[in-house]
Amino acid sequence: MSPRNLARAGIAALVALGLTGCAAKPYDYTNFRAHAPRSILVLPPLNESTAVEATWGYLSTVTRPLAERGYYVFPVAVVDQFLKDNGLPTAGEMHQVPLEKAREILGADAVLFITVEQYGSKYQVLNSSTIVAARAKLVDTRSGTLLWEGRRVWQQNSSAGQSSLIGMLVAAAVTQIISTSTDAARGVSRTTNVMLFHTREEGLLPGPYHPEYLKGQ
Amino acid sequence: MSRVLWLASLVALLTGCAAPTLYSWGQYEDLVYVTYAAPGKAAAEMQIEKLEQDYQQARAANKRVPPGWHAYLGYLYVQVGKVDEARRELETEKAEFPESSVFVDRLLANLKKL
Repeated sequence: MSPRNLARAGIAALVALGLTGCAAKPYDYTNFRAHAPRSILVLPPLNESTAVEATWGYLSTVTRPLAERGYYVFPVAVVDQFLKDNGLPTAGEMHQVPLEKAREILGADAVLFITVEQYGSKYQVLNSSTIVAARAKLVDTRSGTLLWEGRRVWQQNSSAGQSSLIGMLVAAAVTQIISTSTDAARGVSRTTNVMLFHTREEGLLPGPYHPEYLKGQ
Repeated sequence: MSRVLWLASLVALLTGCAAPTLYSWGQYEDLVYVTYAAPGKAAAEMQIEKLEQDYQQARAANKRVPPGWHAYLGYLYVQVGKVDEARRELETEKAEFPESSVFVDRLLANLKKL
């Protein structure tokens, strides 16, 4: 398959997913519109999976889809270190931080609480399957109102074709830097996040840096 | 090495086909990952060098670097004791993204104590 055909197949798959997404009942964005956050503080995720690396594998794939949706996203690694320096050594403790503190100390409009449910690969003789499942809640720091919540499961099989090829290539690029074992789940994590935040009528509304901000609302 | 470049450009092509991005991402998120996954291989000097390269590429492409990027670079400069560079990056973050000002002012205040 040529790269162009691969790309076409990928786009077709995304379109198909977009269409099936439209069929579902649209998310109720009343609270989201009423509070319209500009900035999102992403806390390191809680990890319910058996993989220790899920926390940073996920945390290092969450900024891009949120920022590309048009939001200011606080630098995740700097925030993590800042909270650790201020007496919160674990994600569990960070998730207990009062919302008014997130507002007062960091200036965040909203906090994104993520829980990674599954994260990892199963290798078999002829193929491998990698799965990432996560749920997220976006909460307004002024009122404590739940603005949005969502959940996604994404699985890629090595024999499934183009989408896993992208994952493998992304993973290959990462491996070039760290030259440890390939973390395929991180590639799948990227896709999970794009689906979670960008799916029409289910994901986040476009934020202030997005060209569609406040259009058609 | 050329194989790596080829792979990287294919990734760029495949992911680039979907939609134009708001920002030039470079290696920002990969470096964050390495910081946690392989701390021994994530020296601040190496990260600064890669991010400064990314910045030149972003400028050449006439694209912005993403939110948090300048603050992260500033944080790396603090780690290598380059306070002036750190301050410059933090001020840039604030100028580019006013949403960051409360947090960045706090980081700048900490910098004065160094």
